[in-house]
Amino acid sequence: MEATIQTKNEHPRLRELKFTLHRIFRNPSAILGFALLIFFLGVAVAAPHLAPPKYEHAPYQMPHKGYSPTPKAPSAEHMFGTSSGQYDIFYGIVWGTRTAFKIGLFVVGFAGIIGISLGVIAGYFGGWFDELLMRFVDIVWSIPLLVLAMTIVVAFGRGLENIMLALALVEWRWYVRVIRSEVIKTRRQEFVEAAKLMGVSDLKIIFRHILPNSIYPVLIMASMDMGSMVISASFMSFVGLGAPKGYADWGQMVALARNYIVGPPSDPFKFWYTIAFPGLAIILFVLAWNLIGDALRDAFDPKLRRR
Amino acid sequence: MDKILELKKLKKHYPIMGGVLRKQVNSVKALDGLDLDIYRGECLGVVGESGCGKTTTGKAILKLHDPTSGDIIYHPTEEGKSYNLSEMSYSAMRRAGIRNKLQMVFQDPTTSLNSRMLIKHIIAEPLKEQKKWSARDLEEKVVQLLHLVGLTSDHLMRYPHEFSGGQRQRIAVARAIAASPEFIVLDEPTSALDVSVQAQILNLLHKLRKQLGLTYLFVTHHLLVVKYISTRIAVMYLGKLIELSETENLFSNAMHPYTHALLSGIPNPDPNLAKPRIVLEGDVPSPLDPPQGCRFHTRCPLCIDVCKSKEPELVDMGNGHKVACHRREESRKLIAERFGSADYC
Amino acid sequence: MKNLLETKDLVTNFYTYEGVVKALDKVSIEIKHGQTFGLVGESGCGKSVTVRSIMRIIQQPGKIESGEVLYCDDAESDECDELLSKSEAWMRELRGDRISMIFQEPNAALNPVLTIGEQVAESYMFHRKRSISKQVLKDVAEGKSSFGLFHPFLKWVYSTAAANPNARLLKVLDRIPLLKLWRRPLHREAIRRSVKIIGKLGISNPEEIVTRYPHNLSGGMKQRIVIAIALACNPTLLIADEATSNLDVTIQAQILDLLGELKRKKAISSVLLITHDLGVVAETCDRVGVMYAGTLCEVADVKDLFNSPQHPYTKALLNSVPRFCVEGELATIEGSVPNLVTPPSGCRFHPRCKSATEICKTQKPELVDLGNGHMAACHNIQVKAED
Repeated sequence: MEATIQTKNEHPRLRELKFTLHRIFRNPSAILGFALLIFFLGVAVAAPHLAPPKYEHAPYQMPHKGYSPTPKAPSAEHMFGTSSGQYDIFYGIVWGTRTAFKIGLFVVGFAGIIGISLGVIAGYFGGWFDELLMRFVDIVWSIPLLVLAMTIVVAFGRGLENIMLALALVEWRWYVRVIRSEVIKTRRQEFVEAAKLMGVSDLKIIFRHILPNSIYPVLIMASMDMGSMVISASFMSFVGLGAPKGYADWGQMVALARNYIVGPPSDPFKFWYTIAFPGLAIILFVLAWNLIGDALRDAFDPKLRRR
Repeated sequence: MDKILELKKLKKHYPIMGGVLRKQVNSVKALDGLDLDIYRGECLGVVGESGCGKTTTGKAILKLHDPTSGDIIYHPTEEGKSYNLSEMSYSAMRRAGIRNKLQMVFQDPTTSLNSRMLIKHIIAEPLKEQKKWSARDLEEKVVQLLHLVGLTSDHLMRYPHEFSGGQRQRIAVARAIAASPEFIVLDEPTSALDVSVQAQILNLLHKLRKQLGLTYLFVTHHLLVVKYISTRIAVMYLGKLIELSETENLFSNAMHPYTHALLSGIPNPDPNLAKPRIVLEGDVPSPLDPPQGCRFHTRCPLCIDVCKSKEPELVDMGNGHKVACHRREESRKLIAERFGSADYC
Repeated sequence: MKNLLETKDLVTNFYTYEGVVKALDKVSIEIKHGQTFGLVGESGCGKSVTVRSIMRIIQQPGKIESGEVLYCDDAESDECDELLSKSEAWMRELRGDRISMIFQEPNAALNPVLTIGEQVAESYMFHRKRSISKQVLKDVAEGKSSFGLFHPFLKWVYSTAAANPNARLLKVLDRIPLLKLWRRPLHREAIRRSVKIIGKLGISNPEEIVTRYPHNLSGGMKQRIVIAIALACNPTLLIADEATSNLDVTIQAQILDLLGELKRKKAISSVLLITHDLGVVAETCDRVGVMYAGTLCEVADVKDLFNSPQHPYTKALLNSVPRFCVEGELATIEGSVPNLVTPPSGCRFHPRCKSATEICKTQKPELVDLGNGHMAACHNIQVKAED
C-alpha cells in the first residue's frame, strides 16, 4: 500500500517548506514585497559603509555642517540634499532604515510575546482568568495611543525608546484577541481531545498542538504590524514626541521638513527633497511588509492551501 | 463474562444560558438516565440517529464531557480495584494509571490527527506518556504499531495529508492502541470512508480486538455495519436506551417499533428483496423538550394512550434482550399486520 | 427512444501544484427520459466531476478538455443541444429550469439570512418572469388584486415583462431605488407559487414555513426545501449529488419515499442520482453506472448489475458491502485508489484486479455491450451468448 501522493525521497519538512514558498511566491506582489524587504535589509546591514558615521559613538546622530535652517538641494556632496538645520538626508535615510527595523522588531516582539502568552492561557484554560483578562484588555482597548504616548513622554522624557514602549503597551491588545479566538477554536479539535485522552499534560498540548495550529493569523498580523508601527512612530516623531531633533529616524526627518513642505509661492516644490525621500522610504517600507503579510495570508488560508 | 464498565443512571445535560443574568433557562438532555453494562472483550454497538446521545455516551465514559450525574464504574483487568470515573479528574485518573486505558477513535481522520505533526510523532506521543524510551526503541515500537495496522515504515516521516482517508484512520487506530488501552470507543470510525475501505477498517478492528483482547464501544448510525462487527447492540433514542440485545437476536426478534423503523429504513443493496418500509411521520423531537411519557410516542405507529403519559421501563425479556416499550408483547404482530412483515431477511 | 442526456468521451482535468489530475477519462453516459440513473463509485472516482462537467460548474483549476454533452429536452422533437459549446448565459437559463441539481449539505445550500419563501421564490423570479407577469396582469384584470395608485405605470411595466423578460427597461428600473418596488406583485406571486410547491412535498403549513429561516428547520425539512427549490420550475432532469448521505436513516427513508412518490405523480421526469450507497441505488434506480478512478466500468439495469456483475471492480465492490441477510467476512479490495496525477496505464483498475492480464496494463478497455443493455469495460469478459 502506497501513500496517495508520490513523493521524492526528501525530508517532509523540506517538502512542506518548498510548497509553502511556492504558495507565497505565486503572487507577483509577494515577490515585490520580498524584494523591497531584502533591499531595506541590505541597506540596514551596510549602513556603516554606505554612510560612514561622523561620530563613532553615536552613529544615529545625523551630521550637519552648520545650522542654517534652509535646506539645500541635492548635490555631489549631499546626494539627497540637506534638510532644515543642514542634516544630510542621505545619511538619515540609510541609518533610518536601522531605526525602522529596530522599532518594528521591538514593538512587534514585545507586544507579540505578551499578547500571545496571555491569549493562549486565557483561551486554553478559560474560566475566571479568561474573564478577568478580557475585561482588562477591554480597558487597555480604551486607551488612545497618542494620549498614552504623551503621558509617557511627560513622565520619562522624549525619546524613541519611550515611544516604542508606548506602542508596545498598546499594541499587544490585538494579539491577545486574535490568538485567544484561534486557541478557542483549536482546543475543540479532535486531535487535542485525543491528546488529552492519552494523558498529555496541558503544557505539552499547548506547545505541540495548540500553538502550531493557531499561530498563523498572528504571524500575518505581525508582519503587517512591522510596517504600521513605523508609521505610528513616524507620526509621533512628527508631532515632536519621538526621536530628538537630528536623530536618524524617518519620522524625525519629516518633522524637520515641516516648514518646507510647500516652498515659496513662486516655486512650491523647491524643497521637495526634504519630504520626498523620507516619505518615500516610509511608504516603501510599509508597502513591503503589507505585501508580505498579504502573501502570507493567501499562502496560509487553509481552504485555498491545497489547490 | 465479567463486566469492564457499568453505567448507572448516567445523565448528561448541556445547560443553555439565557436572560440578562446568564442563568440556566433550559438544557439539552443529551443523555437522560442510561443504565448499561459493558462486558470485557465484547464489541457493543450503539445505534441511533442524530440527537439520540450515542456519541455523548462514549464521550461521557471517557470523561471528555463530564457527566451531569450518575456513575461510571470501571473495573480494570489486572487489579481487583474498581474506580468510579464520574468523580475522578484527569489528573486523578493519570495518577491511578487508568487514564490511558480508555481511548477513542474519532469519526473524521482528517481532523483527529494534528496536520502539523509527522506520523512518527503522532504515534509516539502516547508511548512517551507511559514511560521513558530510548530513541531507537521508540522508533522500533512505532514501526511495530504501523505494521499491526497494515502500514509500513515508509510512512513514518510523512504528514497526515499525504495519506488517503482509510490510511489516516489506520494511523488513528495505531495511535489509540499505542496507549495500551483496554477499552476503546469507536465513534463512527468508518462513516467518513469509502465503502471498500470501510471493509478493510472493520476487518482490522475485528482482528485487533481478538488479538489484543480489547473491548469496543462501537457508535454508529449504520445498522448493517454494526451488525457486521458487534456482538451486542444497544438502540438509543433521545437520550434513552430503548432496546438492547445480542446482534442476531436484534435482527430476527426486534421488539421496539423504533428498531423496526430503523431496520426497515436501511437501504439494502439487493434489488430483489422488496422490504416493507415503515416511514415515520415527522422529525426527531428536540432534546431541549423531550415528549412526555415514552419519548418515541410522537412518531410511533403503535402509540396508544398509556404511551403518552407513562414512560416505559427497560424490561428484561430473557436472554439478555431488554426492551422499553409498553406494547412489547404484541409489537411484532402489529407491525407484521400493518406493514406486511416484521422480518428483514 | 432518444436519450435525454448523453455525454460522449468527456475529459476533464484539474491543474494543481502536484500535477495535472486527470479526473475524467472519456466518460460516456446515456440517460433516457423518465429514467432514474444511478452513478455509483467511491471518492475520487469522478462521479461529482462528471455531473459538474455536465452542468458546466467546474471551477478553476479544473477544465473540461474535450467531449460532448447532448441534451434533448423534448422527447418528441429531434432537437438536441450540445451543452459544452453553449454560452454561459444560455447555461444559466438552463440551470434550475430544465436541469436542476441538489447537493449533499442542505445547510450549505440554503442562505441563512433569507427566509425560505425568498429562496424558493428566487427560482421563479429568475426563470418564470414572463409567466408570473402574465399571471399578475390576469389577476389585476380579473380584479383579484390591483396595482393601486400606479396602475398605468405598472401595467406598462408588466406588459413589457410579459413580452420580454430581459427588456432593458426592467434592468434600468431595477437600479433606481424607489422604482425597484415594481417587483412587489411579482414577488408576491412567486411566493404564492412557492407555497404551492412546498405543499406538494408533503410539508404541512407551507404558508407558515415560507416566513421562517433555515435555522428554524430540521435537517430533513431543509433537504425538502432544497428539493422544492430544485423542482420549482418543473425541470426535466433532476441531479441529486449525494442528497441523502448526510441524513439520518429514518429521514433518508422519508426523502427517498418522497422522491418515489414524486416520480409516480410525474412531478419529476428523470433523475440522475449520485451516491456511494449501493443500498440507495438498489432501491431507487432503474439503471446504474459504476465509476472507478475517472472511468466508467459498467452500466446496466439495476437488477442485472446486482445479480450478475461483470466488471471485476463491481464484483469486488458488491462483495465488500455489508448486506442484510448475507453472513461471512466482508471481502476487501487490495491496494488503494490510484493517484490521478499518474494514473495506471491501460485499464485504471489493473493494479488491484485479481484477474488482470497483460493486455490490461497497456490498453484501456472500451465499454462493450454484453446484451440486454448491460455494458462493461473489461478485456476479460465473455460476451453473453444469449439475450
